[in-house]
Amino acid sequence: MKCQKCEKPATFHITELTGEEPLERHLCETCAQAYLTQEDGQATPAPTIGGVLAKQFKLNQAAEELAKLDKRTCPQCGISFLEFRNQGRLGCPHDYVFFEKELLPLIANIHGETVHTGKRPSSGQGTDDRTELIRMRREMKEAIEREDYEQASQLRDKIREREQQQVRRREAGGEPAAE
Amino acid sequence: MDFNEMAARCGEWLRGSGPQSDIVISSRVRLARNLADFPFIRRCTDRDRGAIEEIFHRAILESSELADVSYVHVDQLTALDRQLLVERQLISNELAEGDGSRAAAIDRQETYSLMVNEEDHLRMQVMKSGLDLDTAWQQINRLDDVLETRVNYAFHDQLGYLTACPTNVGTGLRVSVMMHLPALVITQQIDKVFRSLQKMGLAVRGLYGEGSQAMGDFYQISNQLTLGKSEIDIVRQVSEIVPVLIDYERQARAFLVKESRKDLHDRVSRAFGILSTAQTISTEETLHLLSSVRLGINMGLIQDLELPTINKLFIHTQPAHLQKIRGVEMDMAGRNIERAVYLRSNLVRRVGGDAEKN
Repeated sequence: MKCQKCEKPATFHITELTGEEPLERHLCETCAQAYLTQEDGQATPAPTIGGVLAKQFKLNQAAEELAKLDKRTCPQCGISFLEFRNQGRLGCPHDYVFFEKELLPLIANIHGETVHTGKRPSSGQGTDDRTELIRMRREMKEAIEREDYEQASQLRDKIREREQQQVRRREAGGEPAAE
Repeated sequence: MDFNEMAARCGEWLRGSGPQSDIVISSRVRLARNLADFPFIRRCTDRDRGAIEEIFHRAILESSELADVSYVHVDQLTALDRQLLVERQLISNELAEGDGSRAAAIDRQETYSLMVNEEDHLRMQVMKSGLDLDTAWQQINRLDDVLETRVNYAFHDQLGYLTACPTNVGTGLRVSVMMHLPALVITQQIDKVFRSLQKMGLAVRGLYGEGSQAMGDFYQISNQLTLGKSEIDIVRQVSEIVPVLIDYERQARAFLVKESRKDLHDRVSRAFGILSTAQTISTEETLHLLSSVRLGINMGLIQDLELPTINKLFIHTQPAHLQKIRGVEMDMAGRNIERAVYLRSNLVRRVGGDAEKN
């Protein structure tokens, strides 16, 4: 018997059982090597964020629901879920809290786990209370853009106060975890 | 930081020493960290970027443990100097080509670097020659502790250290080894090996990291997953697979010697012949041929050439290094000629020498 891909004699007889019907292939050694490695390679594509997300939402979300979800924006950094889906990068640390419901399945898909078991900062605690400053700085910038200088200067003072508070806490040594 | 002086030296990761350094070029460990009260980089205003850069600059200056570093404003460097740092693997392509305020802190021995405003606010890395992941982890863990007393890292009770991309969340740790695997390439076993690594959750990349081609038979093997395992376990996972790969490569080398010693010797000698006589040569061809010569040295087919010399040629023939060493900027055609001159002048004493006797 000749190889199905070239002129050499077929020495490999492969029965493929992955499709709906069994598939027989008769190949020479070289072609069989190429065929087997190619098949194997396709079996384990590395997951990409876009790919995993697309799959996740195709399974779980109706188009309408997804459209609604895409419009949700993080109150701190202002990123919409659509922007995250398109870029594959999050906007700020608070996104992990705000989009938790959508992100946890994605994270489980990527890592096979959802709980960190490694190193922790010496305070040992979450830092989500600090993300407020992200919103305040953003609002200050927006106030400046619309020339609302009164609002901007109020925000500036609040931001300074918050920042100094953090410095004081740090200088006082071990810091309390959350306010 | 004196970039001309730097270009003439070799740097830590190509020193060519350390355990198993005939096959394992270098070990590298990196951590991704972000500040808790700033947006991730892509959503930062120029003002945010400036503020982040200042926070890390101050933290680094105040840390006596980091007194040895040069702090470089990457956005103020020439394209050539940025490229030089990329070729030495002290900064990433992303940092070199990014926008706005960004910086790198590099220690004198080039064993570690801190990148500010890369994909995350802070990316730190420690590099060691040869296979030495445990020491690299201990060193980066200390650096992380030192900085953590001065800045507020974004941290989540359940998810760990928070990163711009969910693929890095948790430990933010990437552990990698750069290996030279020419015999597995020649014997066409490399793809098979890589597929089994993928199944074990390990990633394989080329010489210059993500998206780069495997040049000169150099491959970086690293952990894919960053969440759910402790840092020590991730270090162990990569550490345990490396000896297996070393063993495969040694078996492939032994096979080549046994089955086709003449062909191998011919390949190595031809590579050396081209490198020591070419009049114009590209970076790619140089890497490819140096890889064969490196294999030849390790297998005793070339006698009076030493590994550190070849390692030096690997880095000095890269485009930015070549231009720095020659002290002039050159276009590609000019570089190809200059590269050939540089190779000849470093290899020429051997022509008519031991290479012929072998």
